[in-house]
Amino acid sequence: MLSFNTLVAVCLLYVMGLFLVAFAADRSAARDKRRLLSSPLIYTLSLSVYCTAWTFYGAVGYAARSGLEFVTIYLGPTLVMIGWWWFLRKLVRVGRAQRVTSIADLLSSRYGKSNLLGVIVTLSAVIGTTPYIALQLQSVTLAFSVFARDRSAGWNVPDLDATALWVAGGLALFTILFGTRNLDVNERHHGVVTAIAVEAVVKLVALLAVGVFVVWGIGGGPANIAQTVDEAMRATPKDAWTITGGRWVGLTFLSAAAFLTLPRMFHVLVVENPGERQLAVASWAFPAYLFLMSLFVLPIAVVGLGTLPAGENPDLFVLTIPLHFDQDGLAMLSFLGGFSSATSMVIVASIALATMVSNHVIMPIWLSIRPKEATVSGDVRQVLLAARRLSIIGVLVLGYLYFRMSGGGTALAAIGMISFTGVAQVLPAMAGGLLWRGASRNGAAAGLITGFVVWAYTLFLPSFGDAGLMSAGFLAEGPFGIAWLKPQALFGVSGLDPVVHAVFWSMILNSFAFIGVSLMSFPGPLERLQGAQFVNVLDHTHQTHGGVFPAAVAEDLLVMAQRTMGADAAQNLFQTQARAQGKEGYLPDTTPDFIARLERALSGSVGAATAHAMIAQIMGGATVSVDDLMAVADETQQMLVYSSQLEEKQKELTSTARQLSAANEKLTQLSIQKDAFLSQISHELRTPMTSIRAFSEILRDGGAKDAQAAEQHASIIHDEALRLTRLLDDLLDLSVLEHGQVQLNPQREVLSKVLDRAVAATQSLIVAEDLRIHRDHAREQIVIATDTDRLAQVFINLIANAAKYGDAKYKRLTIRVSVRDGVLRLDFVDNGSGIPTESQAMIFEKFARLTDNAAAGGAGLGLAICREIMDRLGGAITYLPGQRGAAFRVTLPLEKIPHHGWN
Amino acid sequence: MRFRREPLFLARQSYRRRRLEDAARLLPMLGVFLFLLPLLATDIGTAAQGLYLFTAWFGLIVATAVIARGLTRRPDISYDPDSNHSPTLSDAPSTSAKRREGRD
Amino acid sequence: MTKQVLVIEDEPNIVAAISFILSRDGWTVGTHTNGETAVQAVLDAKPDALILDVMLPGRSGYDILQDLRAHDVTRRLPVLMLTARGQRTDREQAERLGVNRFMTKPFSNAEVVETLNELLPG
Repeated sequence: MLSFNTLVAVCLLYVMGLFLVAFAADRSAARDKRRLLSSPLIYTLSLSVYCTAWTFYGAVGYAARSGLEFVTIYLGPTLVMIGWWWFLRKLVRVGRAQRVTSIADLLSSRYGKSNLLGVIVTLSAVIGTTPYIALQLQSVTLAFSVFARDRSAGWNVPDLDATALWVAGGLALFTILFGTRNLDVNERHHGVVTAIAVEAVVKLVALLAVGVFVVWGIGGGPANIAQTVDEAMRATPKDAWTITGGRWVGLTFLSAAAFLTLPRMFHVLVVENPGERQLAVASWAFPAYLFLMSLFVLPIAVVGLGTLPAGENPDLFVLTIPLHFDQDGLAMLSFLGGFSSATSMVIVASIALATMVSNHVIMPIWLSIRPKEATVSGDVRQVLLAARRLSIIGVLVLGYLYFRMSGGGTALAAIGMISFTGVAQVLPAMAGGLLWRGASRNGAAAGLITGFVVWAYTLFLPSFGDAGLMSAGFLAEGPFGIAWLKPQALFGVSGLDPVVHAVFWSMILNSFAFIGVSLMSFPGPLERLQGAQFVNVLDHTHQTHGGVFPAAVAEDLLVMAQRTMGADAAQNLFQTQARAQGKEGYLPDTTPDFIARLERALSGSVGAATAHAMIAQIMGGATVSVDDLMAVADETQQMLVYSSQLEEKQKELTSTARQLSAANEKLTQLSIQKDAFLSQISHELRTPMTSIRAFSEILRDGGAKDAQAAEQHASIIHDEALRLTRLLDDLLDLSVLEHGQVQLNPQREVLSKVLDRAVAATQSLIVAEDLRIHRDHAREQIVIATDTDRLAQVFINLIANAAKYGDAKYKRLTIRVSVRDGVLRLDFVDNGSGIPTESQAMIFEKFARLTDNAAAGGAGLGLAICREIMDRLGGAITYLPGQRGAAFRVTLPLEKIPHHGWN
Repeated sequence: MRFRREPLFLARQSYRRRRLEDAARLLPMLGVFLFLLPLLATDIGTAAQGLYLFTAWFGLIVATAVIARGLTRRPDISYDPDSNHSPTLSDAPSTSAKRREGRD
Repeated sequence: MTKQVLVIEDEPNIVAAISFILSRDGWTVGTHTNGETAVQAVLDAKPDALILDVMLPGRSGYDILQDLRAHDVTRRLPVLMLTARGQRTDREQAERLGVNRFMTKPFSNAEVVETLNELLPG
């Protein structure tokens, strides 16, 4: 006998199983075992979030009321999937090329990265999805209550609201755990998707099992079932089961549209899509899934009608039939199937909505509140994650509140249809945006707003009945008695069913507004650029090189990118791009190509509109050049073939030219520096020599006043001679290092000891300049095998530089130690004003002292010596831009130590 | 004679692919037609309608599977005897396949 | 009435050496080490002659010389320039700006005294 405790225990076990699956999938994704995870099977099964509790329970109820009509809900998606080559392929390609994060992001990105559209779509998605989430909560609690009624012995009849609350809380936890782990939505949620795939299997198996039991266990085989179906049809009043053209066509269209535009469907179809191969398989495999899901719906409905007592809710036949025939195991399985349908829908829907809300509502507001902070300080990444988590909770709370307030009771199918019609309003703007270059932002906004208003007026508001905003009189007579404005018979069209009526008018008026305004408006350059990229996405992905912005901008961009994507990812991106341009270091030229790439990478985290706004803030809005527009406007295939060849050549030439010009610039600089070097070395040598000569002449001529003065003169001569020696030592050291004649004495030592020695050696200077050094001793416990005396010499130089040249009021130096890919990495970051971008390339050259401040001591050879030492040790020292202070990164491979130059 | 044969073979293959793409585009139209047909035959009863619908549905699934497999297996060759621009040197099969890969 | 000379130089040991040899020869020696405030220092001290270093903190000797030559009071002030950079371009630049004498470090003490006395005979 099933007890309440058993049911809860099985549920909990099942949920724990899902946690394990999601966790294992995330783990293996992290270990790069993506082959299984991106298999077409998982992709196909993940699409089954289309089949919610509404379809799991409700389809049978629908079939009991209206016969075959329930199939339309599956026929629409089937048509979309088998027509994948025509539309879905393009949608998925655009999604991947533009790194789209949600359906709101798609529209915002297509129409010139307009956040207005993003907000409209987000708001309507929230309004349309909230009842749907409430519906899922309701279905789970209803299922519990069925068990409570049928098996009341041994049951403490549970509080339904409490059940819903527990379910909502658990779902929020799961979604936050696995849905907000990584920020870049394009990295995809492997854990969630795999769990959804498992749930898809449970749903299907449960429904098939009930179906098989009904057909062969009760119904007496397919032939008998067919007979029962026809009997049931004749038994229903007034041809309720007859197929009517309006509803059949209207609902098929509606489900096809909703399949593309539901936020959760867009998320699994496009955002989580691993590739086009998977789409090709899903094009037939997902219709097959739907086929199997609907195969036994009608048999279950007619058998339920025939065997269960009259008045039994047909929406719950899937549960009540097994219970009626005392098949507890089957009932349990069926319960889990419904539970799976509900949870998978809620999880994906809340991830999709949270992405939209955080990217299109919270982030823009946050950015506008602190316009400067967003780019320079403030950790955008943390804000974004917090926003996403809060949004998930918010969405689920809304769903729960709607559930509490509506109190359930409405037939499941009705809420589903209302939701579908609402989200389908996005279709004209989305399809138009992909197929028609003339579609404009104003057109899309006009269409969307018109569609939503008509939907709300004709379907959403009337659905609340008398209790809602519209009284019975209003519905029957129209506002102020104006008959042609009657919500359910607009313009006198009264022959239609309310849902079809709403679909008909909202889609027609939506499309008219969209096309009409698009034809009349004139889109901006960015809009036209995006339009061309979307419509022609299958033909080319075309980029050109246009104007170049100064490197200082590149550094600002790096700072901003580090805050948004994380330091490592941003530095990697910038370094790769710089290398692709033939430059060294972390700061590439800000070519349109680079800007486009950066923007795409950023939009993976914050959405297209926000990414565009953040970059525009730094670049001054000039991200689109006339050249860009021209390049995209060149439509003919011939031109594209030629220009892509030319572009290849031009790219090569540009890269070569850039390398040459960089080399030339460096040579010129070096030549200037050589002169300066001679001049400098002359100055450094002659200055002490002047004092020596002057005082030795005084002593020689016997000009000293007394013995004490003579002694003083002699000690000046002595000091200046020492100064000369030090200079010559440095020069010799450098020369020896440069010519590779150096003796290295490798030894094993703990890194923290080496740093300790360096700090001790500079102690007097540190005290004199009042420098605070921040270190993390725990991370410094790394044994290194290298010439640690030479390494300490480098550290001493860096610490001394921070002490001497740091210009902050309270000087501070942070030494960060990390190991990445077997390479030891030490970052020396101070809190001064840093080194100007234009000087960063030269500081490792000899005598490249940035000020004429000879008083600081040293001849400007320190960093040059450091570079040579690190070179000898097989590591490197680089300047790390974008840290606000001066920052040097010392890298040293841990395992491999170069063999040349030893002994 | 080998020389003549090879381009012919290529043209044939790409011709087949073009027709497969056409078929893939036409499938949803066929689907719409098949799914609307029951509206014209309301007298035969729900059971018969259901039987017809599920059969047509199954047929569409099989057809889509065959075409999708063909499209993913068959190499994409840009040279199309139907299209009006003549093939250039860079449109040789190997490079064009590579370019398509890069774009995906 | 002794003759006054102002020494603008930032190396303390060189300042000490020049002060020593010139005061031994009967000059009154004033010193100044900062390039930025040098012009004002000259105007305040009203020396009879000036010894000016080229590489000074804040401002180069050339800039200071240019300012002095533009000023009525110091247009004809005798200036001896000392530099450790001793390239020909340095000398040419100094002469273009109207320097009276130009010497490269290290210098001979006697030569400095002699040159100064040549600039201010009597």
